[in-house]
Amino acid sequence: MARKEYAFYPGCSSQKGASASNYLTSVESMCKTLDIKITEIPDWNCCGASISYAEAGELPRHVMNARNFALAEQHLPGQEIVATCAACWLGARESKERLEHNSVLMADTQEALKEAGLSIKAIPEIKHMVEVLIEDLGYEELAKPVKKPLADMKFAGYVGCQTNRPFGIHGESFENPVYLDKLIETVGGEAVPYDQKVTCCGGALAFSEPDKAQAQIKDIIESAYDNGAEMIVTPCPLCQANVEVYQGQINKKYGTKFNMPVLYYSQLMTIAYGGTAKEAGLDGNVIRARKLEEFASK
Amino acid sequence: MADMKTAAYICKGCELGNRLDAKALIQVATKEGKMNLVREHDFLCSTEGVALIKNDIDNEGVTHIAICACSRRAKTEAFNFPTVAVSRANLREGVIWVRPDTDEARETTQEMAEDYVRMACAEVKAMTVPSGNPNTGGVKTLMVVGGGISGMTAALEASRAGYKVVLVEKSGALGGWAAKLYKRIPTREPFKAPEDNGVADLIAQIEADANIKVYLNATIAKTSGAPGRFKVEIVVESGPQATEDIGAIVQATGFELYDMNKLPHLGGGQANVVDQAGLEALARAANGGPIKRADGKEVKSVVFVQCAGQRDATGEHLQYCSGYCCNASIKQAMYFKDSNPDIDTLILYTDLRTPGNGEDFYRSAQNKGVIFSKGVVSQVVPNGNGLTVKFKDLILDEETETEADLVVLATGAVPNSGVNIEAVAAPAAEESEGEGEAASAALPVAEVKTISILNLDYRQGPDLPQFKHGFTDSHFICFPYETRRTGIYAAGPVRRPMDTAQAIEDATGAAMKAIQAMENAGLGRAAHPRAGDLSFPTARLEGCTQCKRCTVECPFGAIDEDEKRYPLFNESRCRRCGTCMGACPVRVISFENYSVNTVGAQIKAVDIPDEFSEKPRILILACENDAYPALDMAAMNRYEYSAFVRAIPVRCLGSVNTIWITDALNSGYDGVMLMGCKHGEEYQCHFVKGSELGRYRLSKVGDTLKSMNLETERVLDMEVAITDIETLPKRINEYAAKIMEIGFSPFKGF
Amino acid sequence: MSDLNQQMAVRYKNNFLKEIEEQAEMGNWVKMCMQCGVCSGSCPTNFHPGWEHPPQEIFMMIRAGKRDEVLNSQSMWMCTSCYNCYVRCPRKLPITHIMHGIAEYAYRLGRAPKMQPTLHLSKAFWNNCTKNGRVNEVKLTQSLYFKDGLMAGIKMGLAMKDVALGLVKAKRLNIMEALGGGHKCKDVNGIHKMLAKARELEAKRKGRQPA
Repeated sequence: MARKEYAFYPGCSSQKGASASNYLTSVESMCKTLDIKITEIPDWNCCGASISYAEAGELPRHVMNARNFALAEQHLPGQEIVATCAACWLGARESKERLEHNSVLMADTQEALKEAGLSIKAIPEIKHMVEVLIEDLGYEELAKPVKKPLADMKFAGYVGCQTNRPFGIHGESFENPVYLDKLIETVGGEAVPYDQKVTCCGGALAFSEPDKAQAQIKDIIESAYDNGAEMIVTPCPLCQANVEVYQGQINKKYGTKFNMPVLYYSQLMTIAYGGTAKEAGLDGNVIRARKLEEFASK
Repeated sequence: MADMKTAAYICKGCELGNRLDAKALIQVATKEGKMNLVREHDFLCSTEGVALIKNDIDNEGVTHIAICACSRRAKTEAFNFPTVAVSRANLREGVIWVRPDTDEARETTQEMAEDYVRMACAEVKAMTVPSGNPNTGGVKTLMVVGGGISGMTAALEASRAGYKVVLVEKSGALGGWAAKLYKRIPTREPFKAPEDNGVADLIAQIEADANIKVYLNATIAKTSGAPGRFKVEIVVESGPQATEDIGAIVQATGFELYDMNKLPHLGGGQANVVDQAGLEALARAANGGPIKRADGKEVKSVVFVQCAGQRDATGEHLQYCSGYCCNASIKQAMYFKDSNPDIDTLILYTDLRTPGNGEDFYRSAQNKGVIFSKGVVSQVVPNGNGLTVKFKDLILDEETETEADLVVLATGAVPNSGVNIEAVAAPAAEESEGEGEAASAALPVAEVKTISILNLDYRQGPDLPQFKHGFTDSHFICFPYETRRTGIYAAGPVRRPMDTAQAIEDATGAAMKAIQAMENAGLGRAAHPRAGDLSFPTARLEGCTQCKRCTVECPFGAIDEDEKRYPLFNESRCRRCGTCMGACPVRVISFENYSVNTVGAQIKAVDIPDEFSEKPRILILACENDAYPALDMAAMNRYEYSAFVRAIPVRCLGSVNTIWITDALNSGYDGVMLMGCKHGEEYQCHFVKGSELGRYRLSKVGDTLKSMNLETERVLDMEVAITDIETLPKRINEYAAKIMEIGFSPFKGF
Repeated sequence: MSDLNQQMAVRYKNNFLKEIEEQAEMGNWVKMCMQCGVCSGSCPTNFHPGWEHPPQEIFMMIRAGKRDEVLNSQSMWMCTSCYNCYVRCPRKLPITHIMHGIAEYAYRLGRAPKMQPTLHLSKAFWNNCTKNGRVNEVKLTQSLYFKDGLMAGIKMGLAMKDVALGLVKAKRLNIMEALGGGHKCKDVNGIHKMLAKARELEAKRKGRQPA
């Protein structure tokens, strides 16, 4: 038996062929090393993300999340839910909080769930993968399997918004969370000082208001360069995508020469634990992290 | 005097023995200080060291002792010998802690120490033990003037502490403003709703209290005497005049609302515009039901205008914030919301000030649907059967307007503090023209009142001195309750703007201070800041020229004039600052333990090297409340300063007599540094006016310097705060360097 | 809904505030704003033009009864859901949700700005993810590009070509999804029934016509 078991909520972007598929690859490798068993919630559905607010309204959004709670409760009883995507984690936690504090909403939700043959008894705890790592395992445990410390590599730990606000990780400050820096250091890397650590990448508005979002993304990348980082590390799929894939457009618009790899913490950990570039999903990065790939092959 | 026996004690503890040549110090105390007995000890403040001194006093007949150890501010409990005269040579904080422990510094450091030993020996011989005067009056009845919340609270608190109280109220009933309130701002958890005004309960307690005697419809015709022996004549409307013996006084005379008729642009004086008192009257009439205007119409919408005639930068209206109006308007808006949540209540404010638990009250009002809007009202004009309020919305940055059935103006409070004695006295006093102008420019907009409250039979005027905006003066930093009239305490909104809860606390504090003042007066002891001091000023009247400087200058009005215009000291009014002593041109005023001689002897005791020695001497006269502690603290931090200075603590810059400076310069000192507290509107002087009076007096020293053909830089007037720990040593060193630049005094060796 | 749309607000009276309290998600918090402006200083969109009213101002406008200006405003639609205002508000107002709630209400009333791109994204996203229970990223992207018509879509697609190609090469964009493939839930039918019920209940609770 694995030392920890969770009901896993991968979310839409982590599916095969989706925008964060390499995140999933690296999470699976990392969990294997750490002896964490994650079992997908059968037939899970989308959380609705923040952006659906206008069309979804209030109750339908909560009902979507409630369906996942009900499925987890039914099929994986007693297991806490773990999400890897910031938006999934936030959406699910928000729904849990709202339903638990509003009996009218809860009653309506149960009535809607009945239509799909489901119901909720007690909503399981909902955790982000980094909470599992930091709170359930702890930095010491995470350091134990390190075989290849990422020495001489400088990373900017980009926390972004939704794995920080409004719930926070491990009770850390919203203005200067340090868990990501500590994770980087746990695997032997150097976390550079980074003043854009919690700046918003524009989120979904990267699609609808690209100019405004890209101006923010530019600041985020520029600061990483200014502080001597070679790579950016993040815990959020949307942050990863936004900060990585628009660098070409930003270079065109602003005359910059950005070529900064943007990685997931789980990719760093997989490599440090001795995994291959493929196991870490490094081939899934649009801007390839050559230095890390070479390091992995050594 | 005949059997004076002197002793000096040289301590060698705290490194003193290593850093200084103790044998030489003993030599100095014996030969130059001419002490009858000189002893050294390795650890003078130890039980054994103290026992040594005690034994000399008890068995050797020693009457005057010079303790040559640490600062007079240190080890005060160990070195407490109330039966003998005591001086202290500050060898630790004053010498070794401010000097480097190097070979080249050793000589000047030793010279410094020897001078301080000489000074302590000279000082103690000029002192006598303060005997105290127990005959200053032992009345222990408190008089409270004003029967509002503050006054009633003070009366009840004093009674509970076991004192008799005379409560004087000018109207026909107790209660003051609070009695006119429908409800009051909450004073207890959960701070969410208006609560009962609490007056009925207080009145019942007072009526049931045998210690409290109440005069209603009464005013004070005359207050004479001093703490512990005031005589107060009370006039009761259509009744007999009464005289009461009083020990101390609490003045809780409250405030009036600023007159809304002065605010016609805000609708003051128009129909359907009321001030906060007007709204309370409407709410009382409604008693929980729908609130109706004077014309009987039920109010469906109401606008509250905050800061009406307050915080006014133009000088036309009140310049200050009255402190309670925001919470009062919140409360009044709740009257409407609690009776009918559909009534529109809008509070227009610029800064909502709801300190402390007021924040909960504010939130509660928001929860009830009171609308708060940041806006400045320009005009309130009639509109049909209602009013239009024109204002600038500061958040939306636009001129806009709204309509209302009723407008409430939060006009704020004007203190009821009686006659402004300085404004009244200014034309008659011998002030310089500049100061007179400044005084009239600073006059508050509130008209100068002509009816006195206390009718004090004091040389300096009938009421408490006022500070800004007509509030009674108090030492706002250190001793907020203390006025400049000892034994008379101001409490409540007459002292500063405040709300009910603050007034209750304030009144309690004032009652306790008043009790302390009565008890001190009975024992002949000073009140703050020299609390417990038994010395008091006496004048050698045969030398007095009746110039009145002492009676005019005394910051506390302690000195009256007798029929021959000689000074008449009222000891228990005195705070022992020594301003009278500093002011006296013929030097006839002195304290037993602090006089022109005690300081003069120290100045003269310092050894002045000749000019070829390259060692200047600089005299420091440092205020004992701020500058001297700052020097001590600099020493604790081991900030070094020049070895050429000799510091003497003075009770206040106001006590500095110019003769000390002339004597110092005449005897060859190269410079004099005067260290006193900040004066003026943001004064820090413990005696309020002491440093200002001292400075004014000493500013004339320039003439003396000129007549002596000396550079004006040889006397430096410095403002020093107790916090100037780091900068003070630097300033001393800069001045020492400056003196070296100017050159040595030509008066050396005469 | 039509009744609500006809409402007129009176300046600095309670009626529009009450409407927001009843209709907008978390709207009952609007009255608790103390106008400190921390939200305005915390909003990332603060640095960019086109941002008419910070949250503080929107709340004041509601209290001032500026119904049309609020409902027609672009401001709420600029929210990136970064939650900076939310965590910094000293009064603990859930500002992010309030802004979403006001935006949603404006949209239901048909008062949201025409061609609002974020509104379009919101609709596209929700419709996309609820159709099969999970997001189809290719179709979502298509529906965004082609919102302004075929030609605009092709132009936009060309502009974003490099971005898309990069993702395809990294196996993070599966073009096959466009052809009806892609991920879906097994019980799509149950999800649809469940959501229909939820919409019905929500409309009932807010006194609106079911959409």
